Amino acid sequence: MRDVAIVAFAQTRHTGHDTGLSEPELILPVINEVKERTGLTRFGFTCSGSCDYLAGAPFSFVSALDALAAWPPISESHVEMDAAWALYEAWVRLQHGDIDSALVYGFGKTSLGDLRTIMTLQLDPYYLAPLGLDQLSYAGLQAAALGAEREELDEIVRRSRADGRANPYALDLPDPEGDGLVAPPVTDGAAAVVLAAGDLAGRLTSSPAYIRGLAHRIEPHYLGMRDLARSVSAADAARAAGVGKGPVEVAELHAQFAHEEIILREALELTGDTVVNPSGGPLAANPVMATGLIRIGEAAARILDGRNHRTVAHAAGGPCLQHNLVTVLEG
Amino acid sequence: MPSDPLVAQHVLEFPGGYTRSTGPVVGRFLTELRERRIVGVRTGEGRVLVPPLEYDPATGDPVTDEYVEVGPAGTVTTWTWVGEPLGAHPVDVPFAWALIALDGADTALVHAVVPEHPKAMRTGMRVRPVWRERPTGHITDIRHFAPEVTRIVSPVRAEYRLRAGGSLGVFLAGVERGVLLGGRCERCAKVYVPYRTFCPECGGPIPDTLELPDTGTITTFAINNLPDPRAPEVPFVSAYILLDGADLPMIALVAGVPAHEVRQGMRVRAVWVPESERTASMANIRWFAPTGEPDVELS
Repeated sequence: MRDVAIVAFAQTRHTGHDTGLSEPELILPVINEVKERTGLTRFGFTCSGSCDYLAGAPFSFVSALDALAAWPPISESHVEMDAAWALYEAWVRLQHGDIDSALVYGFGKTSLGDLRTIMTLQLDPYYLAPLGLDQLSYAGLQAAALGAEREELDEIVRRSRADGRANPYALDLPDPEGDGLVAPPVTDGAAAVVLAAGDLAGRLTSSPAYIRGLAHRIEPHYLGMRDLARSVSAADAARAAGVGKGPVEVAELHAQFAHEEIILREALELTGDTVVNPSGGPLAANPVMATGLIRIGEAAARILDGRNHRTVAHAAGGPCLQHNLVTVLEG
Repeated sequence: MPSDPLVAQHVLEFPGGYTRSTGPVVGRFLTELRERRIVGVRTGEGRVLVPPLEYDPATGDPVTDEYVEVGPAGTVTTWTWVGEPLGAHPVDVPFAWALIALDGADTALVHAVVPEHPKAMRTGMRVRPVWRERPTGHITDIRHFAPEVTRIVSPVRAEYRLRAGGSLGVFLAGVERGVLLGGRCERCAKVYVPYRTFCPECGGPIPDTLELPDTGTITTFAINNLPDPRAPEVPFVSAYILLDGADLPMIALVAGVPAHEVRQGMRVRAVWVPESERTASMANIRWFAPTGEPDVELS
């Protein structure tokens, strides 16, 4: 295995509404920011994560390439997933050994449509999607399966929203009212990360955030085939990534609903000493398809700026935490 | 309001819907569904997957080609309430999404449950499918699930025609005039109201009516919390009232006093409807109201 590190991270100041920026206009500032920060203008590999259903247009990621200065032709790929999986692809590509740098970015404008029903389109077309099972519905089923106390759930939302207010990139959201399921906010935003391998990492920054573990696992798609109260795949990914090999100072979890944080804490075997989602997490800003990459970026940023030595990031995809990716970062 | 030229509505839609192949496993399930049967498929390890998948999610191995009819009843294992259904949801009334372990299945089916009332929803409840009138081979051939029948409501109604004759007719004729008629037993000297022709205690005759005053004393009472069209409000009080000069109380409403202030020994007087509205009916007396006199010591 080659040493691969995150050497730069940038994200937009996310908004809760459509500002009118096109996707390339949204991406360009964060691409430029990581280029300036590393001094790199060309990368051995570029990979992005996005979802056509958010824009309602096929191959919407292609137009986003306009923000990259992709000529002469670059080596480029895309995942129709959260950009955390684009980072995974880039990490694998760097393991090949012939290139030393990679640019990873993700973006999403959830303000364009109704995310609650758009997420229905990720369900299987035979058994679940035809029922119109929407995002809140399947999250509600998982919350019921877990059966957590209302107070504990409310406290997670309150803490996330308060942390989000202290994070200049997240949304400024009031404490929730009412006693129902709190949905993640509508969010437009983008993020970018630069990976560097071998000696290059140390030349680009004084404190690279080394990826010491990176793994993802998936569970059956159909909700009725799983124990929704637990995340077996997150636990497996955490073990494979080596989360438990040392103390975890900070964990950034891709928990879009409060009950998901409880399930993930247990799956990752986090102790009370671990600070969870100091950025505010997805309950404070949820630019879908960038949210998972932002978790990795936030966890890396704390090592890049010397605040922490060992952090963990988690990203999720699919209904009810079906697919989980865990990253262990060390200074 | 003029439209903003820089804002556009955009719809992503595949006209007429997207045609998908089902393959043999999903296709078998949907074909059976069209016949109002629910089938699962057996895995190599012997578990029954409902709805069927092409592979065993536990091992990734292909499933066998053994299909097993399950249900149609099942048990709710988890549910969440949908108070405001969306257009794409299978029903347009509030319902629950549920995981339903159908009898004979080792996995749970996701579907809608429509209970009689939200409070009837609970984990462990037994449900059965309610089928679409003309199934076509689609997961929505099951319109929704409904609770199993555990009780019914039996209508009971018979009509009667009552006639107030004899002593009751005499009493009601008095009420029409605004007078309460009783009678004294010739043998034991007890006074009964309403008027009756013989003494229920000794059997002695009561040949004549006796006019009683419309004042009396509450001997006991009950506070009622269910509405009654005759009562002024809820809660209301019904009381046994011993009319002055009578030996047995009669039952009547009490009003003109908060329910919690009514007490045994309280003095009351009948409140009559205006003379012009009177009929041969107890409705002539609206209720009894306190007179304000000191309470009577009851023996």
